[in-house]
Amino acid sequence: MEEHFQHLYEALSQVEGYIYPNEIDLHWGLMIVLYPYITGLVAGAFILASLERVFHVKVLKPTYGLALLTALAFLLVATLPLVSHLQHPLRSYEIFMTPNSTSAMAIFGFVYLWYLMAVLLLEIWFDYRRDFVIWSKTSEGLKKIFYQLITLGINDTDEKSAKLDDKLGYFITVLGIPSAFLLHGYVGFIFGSIKANPWWSTVLMPIIFLFSAMVSGIALVMILYMVVSWVRKVKIDMKCLDTIARYLLFILIIDFTLESLDQIHRIYEAEESFDIISVLVSGKLNITLLIMQVALGTIFPLTVLGLFQFYKPSEKIRKLFYFLVGSMVLIGIFFMRWNVVIGGQLFSKSLSGFTTFKTLYSGMEGSVMAAVWMILPLLILTFLLWLMPPWKKIDYHD
Amino acid sequence: MGTNGVNKNRRNLFQTSAALLGGAIAGTLLKPLEIFSQTSEETQEPNKDNLPLWGMGVDIEKCVGCGKCAEACKIENNVPKEPFYFRTWVEQYTVKNDGEVKIESPNGGIGGLKQSVPDDDIFKSFMVPKLCNHCSNAPCVQACPVGATYVSPEGVVLVDEAYCIGCSYCIQACPYGARFMNPFTKVADKCTFCYHRIKDGLQPACVEVCPTDARIFGDLRDKKSDLVKFLQKNPTEVLKPHLNTKSRVFYNGLSSEVR
Repeated sequence: MEEHFQHLYEALSQVEGYIYPNEIDLHWGLMIVLYPYITGLVAGAFILASLERVFHVKVLKPTYGLALLTALAFLLVATLPLVSHLQHPLRSYEIFMTPNSTSAMAIFGFVYLWYLMAVLLLEIWFDYRRDFVIWSKTSEGLKKIFYQLITLGINDTDEKSAKLDDKLGYFITVLGIPSAFLLHGYVGFIFGSIKANPWWSTVLMPIIFLFSAMVSGIALVMILYMVVSWVRKVKIDMKCLDTIARYLLFILIIDFTLESLDQIHRIYEAEESFDIISVLVSGKLNITLLIMQVALGTIFPLTVLGLFQFYKPSEKIRKLFYFLVGSMVLIGIFFMRWNVVIGGQLFSKSLSGFTTFKTLYSGMEGSVMAAVWMILPLLILTFLLWLMPPWKKIDYHD
Repeated sequence: MGTNGVNKNRRNLFQTSAALLGGAIAGTLLKPLEIFSQTSEETQEPNKDNLPLWGMGVDIEKCVGCGKCAEACKIENNVPKEPFYFRTWVEQYTVKNDGEVKIESPNGGIGGLKQSVPDDDIFKSFMVPKLCNHCSNAPCVQACPVGATYVSPEGVVLVDEAYCIGCSYCIQACPYGARFMNPFTKVADKCTFCYHRIKDGLQPACVEVCPTDARIFGDLRDKKSDLVKFLQKNPTEVLKPHLNTKSRVFYNGLSSEVR
């Protein structure tokens, strides 16, 4: 407690202008930055998978299974930063028991469960069921038991059953697209519906969150596909990689347009909050917004990917730049979340001053914990890839 | 295994899943219907018209910035004494001759506010006591994911300490900075109009100690109350009216610099 007070006294000494006295402490820290970041990665990865399945972009086939498992690995972790940020984490189940119907936050648990149980797990199950049956016959030990259990006793491997799996899986994927839109658009609404905060309160917030989610998820799968191929020592399918990069470019253009529209609208209307927001952007957020999010996370990837549409350098150079662009996009979107969550709390609702934010190293809200929540899904993904490698599947769906 | 086997297996799985899912959905749907099984005595809502509707008036011209209200509030309600937690505080506004507005509230005004701008530079100066506005369209109540914060039948916005999960969403939703996360109870904390006192016919602590009667507490439904008289006599305004929170704290003499 003393340490917390010490931290707040330090922040108090750095207040600029006037802030309401209760505003010195930022109530949402790094964990709430991670929450939309991780759910965004899930929604984005899922939508990339759907491109192949529903929109028949067959060239993306090598990433279909990887994208689905990535979505699952990150979705399993998505709620953990949220729960660990709660002051009373043991009461978190109350969101399910007595949700307040007027609260934008209350529905998250249900949207999350719907997405996990009804969409992602079902889609993966239908996609893998026949392979589980086959693998249960060829494996040994715990793996064998797992495969046997996960088939849920349905051991058919004939063509007809595979077709039914495919049909049902397709249906779930179609259902999954609006669900993924709902999942992340909804996360944007949590912020966009706060009329008390002029930095958050914009009707574009859900749609900006959605497109930035797609951007980050596609970038993540693009990088993971390259890494997994390197680890497996298999040749990267350049056609697939180029196509992912092209989708990344298109969606990044939409995302950038939407965010620019939001800012232009603010500048043109120049409402009551405009003065403080312009100081926020040019001062407190100049590095995280102008450099990290806009220059490195958006302009650089747009330039490289745009250039590659007209001029295609050698595979080696393209791979190198795709890796670089993917990483920059992931960093850029992380800072986009940062600028929304932290940026929105740096200025006072009195519109007359600023507080400061210092990332703590340790503790539940610290950067070590944040690293844990980011590494954990990658470990889960590694495990999933070992347990149910998409490249060992027998291909059924047309 | 032939096609029949496939179908049989599948049918079993779907039947079991459907039964489980159906059961869960039915349970969820039936839950709200439980209300009908209660006796009418249990479900009867208190008749709000017979209850007071509490509100507060603040007469800015009367406030001298002594900060006794903020101090009394901390003592009465066991608010942490550190200068980051306030259920009520006093802001000092100083409009300088060049038009610049300086706002200060060191330690929420506890110990008395002192003017830091030289007299010659001052165009005008005034004090503004702040507290929860006990909005009838409270954004905090709307935002709370579990319904731990609510408006009492007497119009007081309260927090159920045993129920709050500590997500801070209500703090983000409050436009007035009137809420904080209590570091000891780890739940959202705010002004209750001293609910424990007003229930017994007493005044809130801040009103009780104000030496200049700058705070007027009362029942908005009682036409004879001091508060209603204050509202009749003075042109009053609420904070941030454009947010449509339907605040029940009314200010007389509110200058446009105040937010």
